[in-house]
Amino acid sequence: MELITPGLGLVFWMVLSFSVILFILKKFAWKPILKALKERENTIDTALKSADKAREKMEQLKADNEKIIKEAKNERDSLLKEAHQVKDKTISEAKQKANSEANKIIEDAKRKIESVKVTALDEIKNQVASFSVEIAEKILKKKLEKTKDQKDLINELIDEIKIN
Amino acid sequence: MHNNFRKSVLIFIILSAFVLIPNGFAFENRDEDEKENSVKTEHEKEKFDPGSFIFDHVSDSYEWHILSVKDFHVSIPLPVIVYSKESGLHSFWSSKLHHGHSEYKGFRISQTEADEGKIVEIMEDGTEVKPLDFSISKNVFAVFISMGFLLWIFISIARKYENKKAPSGFQNAMEPLILFIRDDIAKPVIGEGKYEKYMPFLLTIFFFILINNLLGLVPIPPGGANVTGNLAVTGVLALFTLLVTTISGNKYYWQEIFNAPGVPFWMKIPIPLMPVIEILGMFTKPFVLMVRLFANIAAGHIIAMGFFSLIFIFGDIIPLLGYAVSPLTLAFTVFMTIIELLVAFVQAYVFTLLSAIYFGMAIAEHH
Repeated sequence: MELITPGLGLVFWMVLSFSVILFILKKFAWKPILKALKERENTIDTALKSADKAREKMEQLKADNEKIIKEAKNERDSLLKEAHQVKDKTISEAKQKANSEANKIIEDAKRKIESVKVTALDEIKNQVASFSVEIAEKILKKKLEKTKDQKDLINELIDEIKIN
Repeated sequence: MHNNFRKSVLIFIILSAFVLIPNGFAFENRDEDEKENSVKTEHEKEKFDPGSFIFDHVSDSYEWHILSVKDFHVSIPLPVIVYSKESGLHSFWSSKLHHGHSEYKGFRISQTEADEGKIVEIMEDGTEVKPLDFSISKNVFAVFISMGFLLWIFISIARKYENKKAPSGFQNAMEPLILFIRDDIAKPVIGEGKYEKYMPFLLTIFFFILINNLLGLVPIPPGGANVTGNLAVTGVLALFTLLVTTISGNKYYWQEIFNAPGVPFWMKIPIPLMPVIEILGMFTKPFVLMVRLFANIAAGHIIAMGFFSLIFIFGDIIPLLGYAVSPLTLAFTVFMTIIELLVAFVQAYVFTLLSAIYFGMAIAEHH
């Protein structure tokens, strides 16, 4: 029976002591503890967030770096390509120029040869003419005994000239 | 340095226990003639009574009994404070009552069935009248001791938090419990942003119940008192929960009680059936809290004492049998103590959780 009849004195002391302990613990224990826990959580939170931010920044920097490197590579490639093109162009131009020059020279040479040839032929013709005149002179100077022989000789001579 | 501080606090507690007892420990023998008179009857009556053995332990008393060898009793006397309408306020050490065998200043411990174990004033005509009893009984003293522990533990921990260093030592043991109450009880049950107000109360009842449950498992003083297995103690705790719930109840809470929405009107008018049920519900909730904690802890103590009684019950039959049973009893008791350890935490948790749920219901915004 005593087990289930609450003692008045115990109730009194319990109310008193629980109120006191609630008040003291609230003021001197729970408030500072909970405050400190919250503060610690906040610092951890902000630290994590700033670490995240730093990582993001790092990644961005890395991406930027890669971009710059890529751009530099592209630039280099394009420069090399351009240089190649310029070189090729120069070479081909030079070749063309040389070709045309050579052609021109050859043409000139041909023309000169032609003209020389013409003049030479003219000279030869003149020479031949003068030879033929000389021959004629010689023939004439020789005794013209037989007309028939003369005639044959002349023909022969003329034939010879024609061949020339 | 810190260890020294702890040690000195411990020594202080032990010493203060002695200072509280100017009479010293109440070692004593009963008067010779009384002994002779009772020798024959005692020999016949000496049969072990497990019922009174268990209930003496489980219920409150005016002294803190440590051990008895034959008629040699060792107990810590505690102050008796009584107020009588006839003779006013009295206070004296419980050792003056000689374990209920003698009277002092007209007071004695009643042996009648109605007030057994309670202090009564003897009137001139020989009748017993119960005075107002504000004695520092065993349970009150145990509550003070547990309060001392709580203050010591948590104020020293709070001081550690002010250092803003990484947690260390006992702080590491308590922090998970504090966080558990905050993050797994208060936050989800009461609600974000509103739970802070209730945290000090929830933490205090949790640790008060826990430390008293645990001290109850320790068989020697300062442990061993059946504090949380006492209806008055659990009743006061539940009363605080009721008080906090009622004070923080918002208009939805009161509307739910007096004019519950979604209930047909004939349940409210002319006979206020629902309001009556709801008002009863206001009180049954803390009532259940009170009974649950009391019953669980008291049952644990009773079972442990019951196992110990087995030794003496068998010992009464044949003394050797008592020795033979004791290892088994010991094994059972160890097993029960381990379960009680779990119960100590579970009951502290349940009381705190349910209190938090009631607070959450009292401040819920809508349904």
